[in-house]
Amino acid sequence: MPAPAQRRIIFKHIGAPGYTNDLACYVQHGGYEMLRKAITMQPAAIIDEVKKSGLRGRGGAGFPCGVKWGLVDRKSGKPIYLVVNADESEPGTFKDRYIMHDDPHQLIEGIMISAWANNVKQAYIYIRGEMPHGARILEKAIADARAANFVGPKILGTDYGCEIYVHRGAGAYICGEETGLIESLEGKRPYPRIKPPYFPAVLGLYQCPTIVNNVETLCHVKHIVEMGGDNYAKIGTPNNTGTRILCVSGHVQKPGYFEYEVGKITMGELLNEVCGGPLPGRTFKAVIPGGSSAKVLRFGETFTLKNKDGSSRTLTVEDIPMDFDTLAACGTMGGSGGVIVMDDSVNMVEALANINAFYAHESCGQCTPCREGSLWMKKITNRMVHENARAEDGQLLKSVADQIAGRTICAFGEACSWPTQSFVAKFGDEFKGYADAKKTAKPAGALDLV
Amino acid sequence: MIAPPKPDLVTVNIDGKEIAVPKGTNAIEAARLVGVDVPYYCYHPKLTIVGNCRMCLIEIGMPAVDPATKAPIMDPATGKQKINWIPRPQIGCATNASPGLHIRTQTPQIKDCREGVMEFLLVNHPLDCPICDQAGECKLQEQSTGYGRGYSRYIEQKNVKPKRTQLGPRVMLDDERCILCSRCIRFSKEIAKDDVLGFIDRGSYSTLTCYPGKKLENNYSLNTVDICPVGALTSTDFRFKMRVWFLKQTNSIDTESSVGANTVVWSREGQIYRITPRQNDGVNDTWMADSGRELYKQVKADTRLVSTTLDGRAAPLDAALKAAADLLAAGSVAVVGSGRSSVEEQFLTKKLAAALKAPAYLVSRVGEGDQLLISADKNPNIRGALVTGLIATLPAAKLAELAAHIDAGRIKTVVSVGEDLAVAGLTAAQLAKVAVVYLGTHANATSAAARVVIPTLTVFEKGGTFVNQQFRLQKFAKAVPGPAGATDDLAVLAKLAKVAATDLASVWTLLAAEVPALGTMSFANIPDTGLLLDATPFAGLPFVEGESLHYQPAAKVAATA
Repeated sequence: MPAPAQRRIIFKHIGAPGYTNDLACYVQHGGYEMLRKAITMQPAAIIDEVKKSGLRGRGGAGFPCGVKWGLVDRKSGKPIYLVVNADESEPGTFKDRYIMHDDPHQLIEGIMISAWANNVKQAYIYIRGEMPHGARILEKAIADARAANFVGPKILGTDYGCEIYVHRGAGAYICGEETGLIESLEGKRPYPRIKPPYFPAVLGLYQCPTIVNNVETLCHVKHIVEMGGDNYAKIGTPNNTGTRILCVSGHVQKPGYFEYEVGKITMGELLNEVCGGPLPGRTFKAVIPGGSSAKVLRFGETFTLKNKDGSSRTLTVEDIPMDFDTLAACGTMGGSGGVIVMDDSVNMVEALANINAFYAHESCGQCTPCREGSLWMKKITNRMVHENARAEDGQLLKSVADQIAGRTICAFGEACSWPTQSFVAKFGDEFKGYADAKKTAKPAGALDLV
Repeated sequence: MIAPPKPDLVTVNIDGKEIAVPKGTNAIEAARLVGVDVPYYCYHPKLTIVGNCRMCLIEIGMPAVDPATKAPIMDPATGKQKINWIPRPQIGCATNASPGLHIRTQTPQIKDCREGVMEFLLVNHPLDCPICDQAGECKLQEQSTGYGRGYSRYIEQKNVKPKRTQLGPRVMLDDERCILCSRCIRFSKEIAKDDVLGFIDRGSYSTLTCYPGKKLENNYSLNTVDICPVGALTSTDFRFKMRVWFLKQTNSIDTESSVGANTVVWSREGQIYRITPRQNDGVNDTWMADSGRELYKQVKADTRLVSTTLDGRAAPLDAALKAAADLLAAGSVAVVGSGRSSVEEQFLTKKLAAALKAPAYLVSRVGEGDQLLISADKNPNIRGALVTGLIATLPAAKLAELAAHIDAGRIKTVVSVGEDLAVAGLTAAQLAKVAVVYLGTHANATSAAARVVIPTLTVFEKGGTFVNQQFRLQKFAKAVPGPAGATDDLAVLAKLAKVAATDLASVWTLLAAEVPALGTMSFANIPDTGLLLDATPFAGLPFVEGESLHYQPAAKVAATA
């Protein structure tokens, strides 16, 4: 059975011949019509449509967008801020950059609709420091949109106004964590805040209620207004609605980004048909389905899941639909949509050493388990690769990771420990084998470290 | 079950023990009340909560209720209401008491959490306890003993960081020992209002430092040393001087201003090594100024008076007292008391003046307050002189009236209790015109000009009480013996005033009998945190203090009332 076709909603025009990121081109393709429509709707009605759509956040956690908006404290009398999380830093993820580079006005329209729906007067786009080009494009797009009265005071002849500011990060992964992002936006070190009490919906930016949404999520809002929440919810699968962008990288013949209805394509279809399968002479070994912090899947393993009617079904990695819930049931996550593929040329110890180096470098250092644990794990895998490996290192790695996950201020604790936990759990034989191989390779007379 | 709590109290259950605590009390403090230790590093009751050390992880749960009917869901196994435990451990410092909150601190998961955090804190810690000044009062030592695994699995290289960074004139930083709890940063920002500390770099390489071009040199910098849970911040003055477990702790009071910060004096074998703040939530919380910590240096100062003299020559105490008594008996005497004397000494000074029918003066000492723990009145005990009746009004800036009396020949003898009359406004000619009986601790122009000099004790060498700006009666105790040759002020004053009471207890018997404000008290019964006296008799006096921690001037209180 051939793989289903892409359902390009966000990417409807992106990549089409002649389509540019100019305002004129966007308007010519029907741009800002949904803002015109939204501004005639009651804000509460828009929020209702978003709730009905079942839209889940595309940044990583998959939290329902409508629920998030529903949590905002609207009685505090304080201004409500909208913060766009464009700090796309999760290794393996490169969708938001594409949107901002090639269709910035779609994002701006999504922001303005969401701002109107939530009575937001100021919105901030926090863009990753390593994306200066994207920041310039956004700055120009916002200026053009302001000149055309889509952004700024009294938009489209109404009394409503909202300003959008672009704020560039300085290159830190942790700034993608929403409370770390808020701290950074306030001009401080991006130390994530403790929750409770600092839930952004109540005590966010400048201690005011704040909505933090991913770039792709806000773009979807535009399309929800266009087609209505109920119709949007028909796209995808129940509780996993809409489309999402999957970024495939690594050892496939045709890597890239693809927009599919959520859950309508399986891992096998995505990798073997859409991406052309493994490189010549290679076989797939492992895949990380949702950005490098998601737990790795090993080709060949199977998952027995409970069906709603009480029966169970068994899935191979290739069978897993690319949605939120099934991936979670298989012990990993859809995350940010970054699918990282590894074939049989990859040594898993070395791959983990690479991931651990990233997380040790990016740990903000605020809370103890992540700060010390991430570097410890890096030092262990680094030693295993470059010096000597011990048979017990796999278990030590797992134990260190277990001491981090669930005990930190923010989700970075899970982000840095899940790779180690899953690599050791699923490729424990390789860790053991690596140690044995190193042992025989050890020069004569070298001392054991312990 | 305990009785239904008062309206502002909520009942929480900690390891099976129920207790009513004020709503919002955090889990660490609530557990403390039932004798359950929740270990922590970054939490400090007087600073904002950041929750970064993760040592205080606990399990929490709430009683289960049916979502629809709100009826309690019972657990058939126990017959009690079911508790919905949150699987993920929570930090105790940020968990506030709410009705029905259940806390578990002794589960395998929490044990594992604590062992994990302890292990993480130690992997890059230098473990140089044998040369570390914090040893003996180090939270890392205590809690690794109490909650750690006792062995290390770490075989990698430890991080290397700066070992000796002089953050300011009084504070030294060892970054390798630092566990990045950020207490010092929060203190500097929130209490000292001098936001000079911060972290640079990130992850495990995070390093505490001062902002470029700045120093940690505010007058509260040593509080960062006090609250540092490890040996990262040490006092330049105390560093490498003495092991803390050899030191005796004596409760005392900071005498540098009328704030009267509560202190602990740390001494060994008659020598004082350091002064640290003592918690008093009504006065100084857990803080004190750096300047007050150096006052112990006066004890061993070169100018210390250690010999009784008569007309400039060493003389036995008896002879000096006899000579002084003869001078006093001759009449035309004035008494200069001191706002630095204790309540007891001021009381005997008053009795001396009354017996001689001599006018009594006090020396004013006004400077700048810092709105925190140093007030404008540099006398620790002006209010004691008011309460005991030594003076009825606040002292004038200079002893102008006394000077006029001397010039007119009406005063022939002046008794000075520790005050340098030259500094207080008398000229050398005026000093030469009178016979001075000087009771004091250090040499100065007055002791040089005095007929009789009787060395007395510093605040560290005797007990007594002060009344601070809040009219709070606070006691201090003797930390070290006075030097040979010095006599207790009380004994000298009692002798001169011909009062039989020469020690604290007997003076207090007199005080209770003669001073109405102290009528029902005894020295022994004054609590360590002091006792507020009735200030209303003195409400009209123009006290010089401005607003400071836990203190508002009466005028401001009246204006806001």
